[in-house]
Amino acid sequence: MQSGSFFYIAFVYLAAAVVMVPLAKRFGLGSVLGYLLAGLIIGPEVLGLVGEERQEIMHFAEFGVVMMLFVIGLELEPSVLWRLRINILGMGGVQVVATTLVFFTIGLAFGLPWKAAIAVGLLLSLSSTAIILQTLQEKGLIRTPAGQSSFAVLLFQDIAVIPILALFPLLADASFVQPVADDAPFEQQGWMNTLLGIGAIAAIIVGGKYLVRPIFHAVAKTKLRELFTATALLLVIAIELVTSSVGLSPALGAFLGGVVLANSEYRHELESDIEPFKGLLLGTFFISIGASINLGFVAEQPIFILSAVLGVMLIKGMILFAIGRAFRMGIDQNSTFAFALCQMGEFAFVLLTFASRYGIFPEELSGLLLVITALSMALTPLFFLVNEKMVQPRITAALAKDIAPDVIEEKNPVIIAGFGRFGSVVGRLLKAKDVGTTVLDNDADRVELLRKLGLKVYYGDASRLDLLQAAGAKEAKLLIIALDDPEQTLRLVEEAQKHFPHLALLVRATDRPDAYDLLSMGVKHVYRETLDTSLRMGADAMQMLGFRAYNARNIAQKFYEHDEKALRDLADTWADRNLYISAARERIAELEQLLRADGFDNDLNFDKEWDSDSLREDVLKGTFK
Amino acid sequence: MSRILVLFAHPALEKSRVNIRLAQAAKSVNSLTFCDLYESYPDFFIDVATEQQLLTQHDIIVWHHPMYWYSCPPLLKQWIDLVLTHGWAYGSGGRALEGKYVLNAITTGGGEMAYHPNGFNRFPLRQFLIPFEQTVRLCRMSYLPPFVVQGTHRMNNVEIEAQAERYATLLRDLRDDKFDLDAVGRVELFNQLL
Repeated sequence: MQSGSFFYIAFVYLAAAVVMVPLAKRFGLGSVLGYLLAGLIIGPEVLGLVGEERQEIMHFAEFGVVMMLFVIGLELEPSVLWRLRINILGMGGVQVVATTLVFFTIGLAFGLPWKAAIAVGLLLSLSSTAIILQTLQEKGLIRTPAGQSSFAVLLFQDIAVIPILALFPLLADASFVQPVADDAPFEQQGWMNTLLGIGAIAAIIVGGKYLVRPIFHAVAKTKLRELFTATALLLVIAIELVTSSVGLSPALGAFLGGVVLANSEYRHELESDIEPFKGLLLGTFFISIGASINLGFVAEQPIFILSAVLGVMLIKGMILFAIGRAFRMGIDQNSTFAFALCQMGEFAFVLLTFASRYGIFPEELSGLLLVITALSMALTPLFFLVNEKMVQPRITAALAKDIAPDVIEEKNPVIIAGFGRFGSVVGRLLKAKDVGTTVLDNDADRVELLRKLGLKVYYGDASRLDLLQAAGAKEAKLLIIALDDPEQTLRLVEEAQKHFPHLALLVRATDRPDAYDLLSMGVKHVYRETLDTSLRMGADAMQMLGFRAYNARNIAQKFYEHDEKALRDLADTWADRNLYISAARERIAELEQLLRADGFDNDLNFDKEWDSDSLREDVLKGTFK
Repeated sequence: MSRILVLFAHPALEKSRVNIRLAQAAKSVNSLTFCDLYESYPDFFIDVATEQQLLTQHDIIVWHHPMYWYSCPPLLKQWIDLVLTHGWAYGSGGRALEGKYVLNAITTGGGEMAYHPNGFNRFPLRQFLIPFEQTVRLCRMSYLPPFVVQGTHRMNNVEIEAQAERYATLLRDLRDDKFDLDAVGRVELFNQLL
């Protein structure tokens, strides 16, 4: 087997991923760290299975970042983007400017020429879109305030890359002889560049709006799935070519393209077509970052390099935290935000290449920055873990201490976890009769609103033991769980059963499988969220067709009893099911089973009540005396 | 002319042979208010204010229902419990219904002979209606002799039609003040005056 062949390289990369990523996930480390470790292991420093081609692979794999931003764009409608504008411009702008200034000053203090110091500042101000967004998505944090702010700042950084790239040639040392302009387009004059950039963006928006849809329509008509995939790829590659030919960040271009198509009917199709490519490329990208970490260089002066990495990350983190405070982020969210964004990003690699091309700073510094960047990216998943396992619990405990006194003083008999569309109705009902309730919710905006309205609502993940304790779980009688997320619900049920067995649990279930899970955990009071409403609708429909109102209600009530009984009967068999049946097939099989059962089950006999036929027969026969 | 309010209670009209015809007959009478309780309050959640207002707007109230276990269907009992409130319908200051008349219009499966010391129901029908009569008295109203359709199990369609027509005629005559209501109390059943 030829060591440089395509298949050999593909084999090494894929094998490393297949071995390391499940391992990393098994230990709760997240996929990004798995990929990075895989890269480190196959890299030249450990096994040496990959050679110089890894740089090239990394550049190619960076395309995964472009695809990721395209997919993110697809999920963001323009209106959402508009809502984020303050975060993007405010937080993003302050972050880039402040971080650049701080590192500029530090650079000067270390005796760097001012031009080089600016370059270092700019380089260090950027974070890694790929690692952050991948990790946030994996941990389900993307929709939290921290996730949204991180996203906003990253978006600003992606935009900022354009002027930074244009600025770098100007930072070149005057004595340095400019290299002959090769095919790189950035040497064009600034204004020309800007014009071309605007033109490219306009092309993406107009093309996305008016050109892409008819094309997809035509392709969809052929009913060839692979052609649709090909078209989707073609679209993203076209954006990449257009933007990079005018010196724009392709990631930004792809993001814009995604946003333009967010409202189109092909959105989900596009998303699912691009998704696997995105995942593979990003994985490859992370592997090549892992492989490019120069362990030998680190080993030469480990303390210096490690303290440099941690120092840079600490400074970045502190700036981020200050920004979070200024923008009134809650301390828990702010912590996640600062931990997420404190590394350097993939754009640093690009900028470093530029910097050395223009001789902006000496080679040793360039090498050091390369290592710092790669190491900081590798450390990020670990930082996320530190935040999750060590920092967040402490914050929650500290916040809980603040709320503990008045909660315990109240000794409310009811705790409601989750005050969304479901829990809020329960809460309002109980409040109407002045039943003392303590509400826990983990949507910061909602908590703020409800508190403004004078409700006693506390922020936090209710499945955390300390928060439950602080909310008075020891004294309470009922725990009403009305969370949106079924997994969080299961976690909370588990915690409550383990630590507060005296609490009666009333649990919202989204659907049948969810209810099965809860029943098999021994929860007695399970409420499927749409069952009652559907039956009410059914009863009204019957009434409108001429059924007597009371009869329709009775039938619906009987159906309800029957369905609840069937649910409990079927819950026992649920656990033994083959895990590998797809969810959709399972639903259909379930429905089939239910409809069959309805037809033959004796307890669905609607016609016994007020039936005088048998009595009448008895009378007419003269047998009734 | 008297204003008549028919309060009809039947939990399973879709299975009824006699009451469905009687109800139709009542509804066919002009200038009469027909209130189908099981249709209005299938959840037994009675709108007391509306019901009380209806009562004050009428002179003669008809409780129209089948006899179930020597009493009315539960929703009518619920209606009595909730609508006839203390201080409004009875008790000191409870004079809202004073001077009105109440008529029971009922059907029984058993025939006339069943409601007899030797019949299998052992007591005359009026005796089973004493709770209704006393309720009416307590509310300062007058209890009219009941209109009854008996032996419904053995009734054929022709007989049912005849009974429905009799019921409609009774309601019309009550509306048009054809009876001296203060004098009718002497008979056992209203049927004897038709």
